Amino acid sequence: MDYYDVIIIGAGVVGCLTARALSRYKLRVLLLEKASDVGTGATKANTGIVHAGYNPLPGTNKAKFNVRGNRMYPQLCAELNVPYERQGDYVVALSQEDMRTLEELQDRGRRNGVPGMEIVTGDEVRSAEPALTPQALGALWASTGGIVDPFLITIAAAENAVTNGVRLLLETEALGLIKEEGRIVGVRTNRGTFRCRWVVNCAGIHSDEVMAWAGLDGFAITPRKGEYYVFDKAKSAVKTILFPCPTPISKGIMVTTTTHGNTLIGPNAQNIENKGDRAVTSQGLAEVLEGARRLVPSLDERDVIAVFAGLRPSGSTGDFLIEVHQVGATACGRPGGFVNLAGIESPGLAAAPALAQWVVEALQEHGLEMEEKRDLNPIRPSPPRFNELSREEQAALIERDPRYGRIVCRCEMVTEGEIVRAIHSPVPAHTYDAIKRRTRCGTGRCQGAFDTPRVINILARELGISPLEVTKKGRGSELVLRETREGGDAL
Amino acid sequence: MRYDVAVVGGGPGGLAAAIAARERDARVLVIERAEELGGILPQCIHTGFGVRVFGEDLTGPTYAQRYINRASELGVETLVDTMVLEVNPGHITATNRRDGVLEIKARAIVLAMGCRERPRGALGIPGTRPAGVYTAGTAQRLVNMEGYMPGERFVILGSGDIGMVMARRLTLEGAKVERVLEIQPFISGLRRNYVQCIQDFDIPLQLSHTVVDIRGDRRVEAVVAAEVTPDWQPIQGTEEVIPCDTLLLSVGLIPENELSRQAGVKLDEATGGPIVDERFQTSLPGIFAAGNVVHVYDSVDNVSRAGERAGEAAAEFALGKREEPDRRVDMQARENIRYVVPQVLDPESLRRGEQLLQMRVNRPVEKPVYLQVEANGEVIRRRRLRYVRPGEMVNFVLRERVYSQLRDVEEVWIHVEEANG
Repeated sequence: MDYYDVIIIGAGVVGCLTARALSRYKLRVLLLEKASDVGTGATKANTGIVHAGYNPLPGTNKAKFNVRGNRMYPQLCAELNVPYERQGDYVVALSQEDMRTLEELQDRGRRNGVPGMEIVTGDEVRSAEPALTPQALGALWASTGGIVDPFLITIAAAENAVTNGVRLLLETEALGLIKEEGRIVGVRTNRGTFRCRWVVNCAGIHSDEVMAWAGLDGFAITPRKGEYYVFDKAKSAVKTILFPCPTPISKGIMVTTTTHGNTLIGPNAQNIENKGDRAVTSQGLAEVLEGARRLVPSLDERDVIAVFAGLRPSGSTGDFLIEVHQVGATACGRPGGFVNLAGIESPGLAAAPALAQWVVEALQEHGLEMEEKRDLNPIRPSPPRFNELSREEQAALIERDPRYGRIVCRCEMVTEGEIVRAIHSPVPAHTYDAIKRRTRCGTGRCQGAFDTPRVINILARELGISPLEVTKKGRGSELVLRETREGGDAL
Repeated sequence: MRYDVAVVGGGPGGLAAAIAARERDARVLVIERAEELGGILPQCIHTGFGVRVFGEDLTGPTYAQRYINRASELGVETLVDTMVLEVNPGHITATNRRDGVLEIKARAIVLAMGCRERPRGALGIPGTRPAGVYTAGTAQRLVNMEGYMPGERFVILGSGDIGMVMARRLTLEGAKVERVLEIQPFISGLRRNYVQCIQDFDIPLQLSHTVVDIRGDRRVEAVVAAEVTPDWQPIQGTEEVIPCDTLLLSVGLIPENELSRQAGVKLDEATGGPIVDERFQTSLPGIFAAGNVVHVYDSVDNVSRAGERAGEAAAEFALGKREEPDRRVDMQARENIRYVVPQVLDPESLRRGEQLLQMRVNRPVEKPVYLQVEANGEVIRRRRLRYVRPGEMVNFVLRERVYSQLRDVEEVWIHVEEANG
């Protein structure tokens, strides 16, 4: 039976960064994910903001880890070769009351240790963001606010962790904890059991269920749905990040750019019952559009290319729940136990690198021997992105590998070479959606209409499977169901 | 590489342009991103092509092959599996597996990128995001080119031509088309397709209906249909759950103008394509546009004809035979006219011959109407039509004799007037 020092349940951004942080040491680490790819829970439907840290109340875990995590981002993204832009963010005041809120936020930010904040006039914001409503009176500007691609940071962290020895199992769902004499000694999954000393709960929306397995109650996750619109790159409305003044439960419906230059608006906030409910609703979409138009009135529905919804794992304490439950010595005589990272909602993306670091320190403190690897490679190489290269670089790339000369996704100019590389990467992309998140294939204005048949053929060829087995996002989401009467004619 | 005329796109518009240019002795290159020429035609295995051009009812592949053969006989050069990355006047950058990055010089360029389908995201359809939501054209490619069925039980949203043709095709393949839903109170494609593909196969079609929810986590399990008000708002209480495994979208085509935009060609908001003159020259001298890239035609025959004109004009430009006009008249779409192509007209062109105006209406009128052309408040031409429908393009010929009335005006208004009695 496999034996691990640490098993992490959940390969979202927190789980993957934790795995990567632990991969620096000579430890046996297993990362379990029930979906067919990493980063498909709360991480996926995320605004992609690396918050500055003026929002959380001083003294909370949210405040502490947000500010720390934000500081870690430049180096992290440089090592992982993930696009990250720290262009600063604005909280926009539309009334005198809002102006007072800005001062409160600035004060909160100072107490949280956020550098580089300033209250600016409406005209100053409008000179940077001409589409901003003329009603904006002023804004709080925070220079350390930024954006990152939430999929890519997660994928890159997982790839780097795997490269450095972490074992990642996809489509492997944790079903319970194995306990012996009151101690947690492993994880039961749909693919067998795995024994370990420590379990780290990074289960996002399901983190309360994992806590219950460990016998910890009194904490519940309420899924809080947020809905979004993505706009065509050619019609981007803003260059930075615009927040409205926050309400008690949410930072409000914002207008931001993504690292790929699309304008993104959302999210609204609606508490729901069902943790599987990621459906977009027409009421929700209407609310998002109306909210976003209060900041940028010119947003035009006709320029929308996609809508989506995600669930925030909102904890009953309102704060991140971060704790270690050491449960004596394990069977082999060494200490072990349960580490909890629950209720990691916004600013979870910003906080994630700091949370991962905290796990390392906490485990060390609780007796896990940490010896650094000599052969650690902290760099995750950037896969070539044809569309971002100069003509000379493109020519050189095609000469090395002609598959980079064949464009499969016309809107985002993604080549066959990039897709094949994603399929064979350290965290292999075996589904249409996994390729999409890694390469942007199908994320443009035609939303996959052109590339889908081509990607099905490439996946089938590279994986040695039938096109009938190619899925959108794992088993049960097959893209074609049978051959026609004349029969399949795949490439 | 140097050419007189380079054509971006080897579909019906591009092929017709290339042939017409080559027939005028230009050296011509066609650049096509797919592995085969013909654009969308190779996957259109139904008939209905060529009646106007060839006087025969042909399938898409046969129609395309005639143009491909003609181009080949004439010595039109072609590059397939090659994507154009950038267009500038006189210059094209492209890429393919064999040649890497290609720099192509051409005195004249014809844009013939065709059109694409409006996807789910553009409609903002609520619901989940499972497998099983395709545009009708993607499904057509899967079925007719790749040999795979995207589903067994279909709902089709939109009564566009590809959607209706696919309703029949899927039925013939043994799948069940549960419903065709059209948000407008009228069919958006051709009446002929409605009769032959929907009525003849007893496929239920509901006008003024749309999809208000998509259900299913991994695969589509059902869609929820609802009736809509005239301004397309779903009517509460009319929802109906239709179990299905696939939703096809046939909700409109958009001219594909990424390269035109990048080149700096001026676009018309109403058509989504370049603003062109009567010879299909865009706002950039030496750059022409052919076929569905300009506006979405209702028949391939018309695409080919427009392509010919663009190719002819591009060859004349390249060979130094074109005279740039001194004046251009704005052709303005007014009451119940969505757009008019060409958007600008050289009045002198009327001295060389009659000129064709093509347009679409906003709303159907199922009774006689007058299509009226006015300049300076005066009606210069008027034509009675039995009806007008958004799905059917209206052709309108300006005869040579109106030259004197258009010679000095700045703009011409075109509108629909409902005839009395």
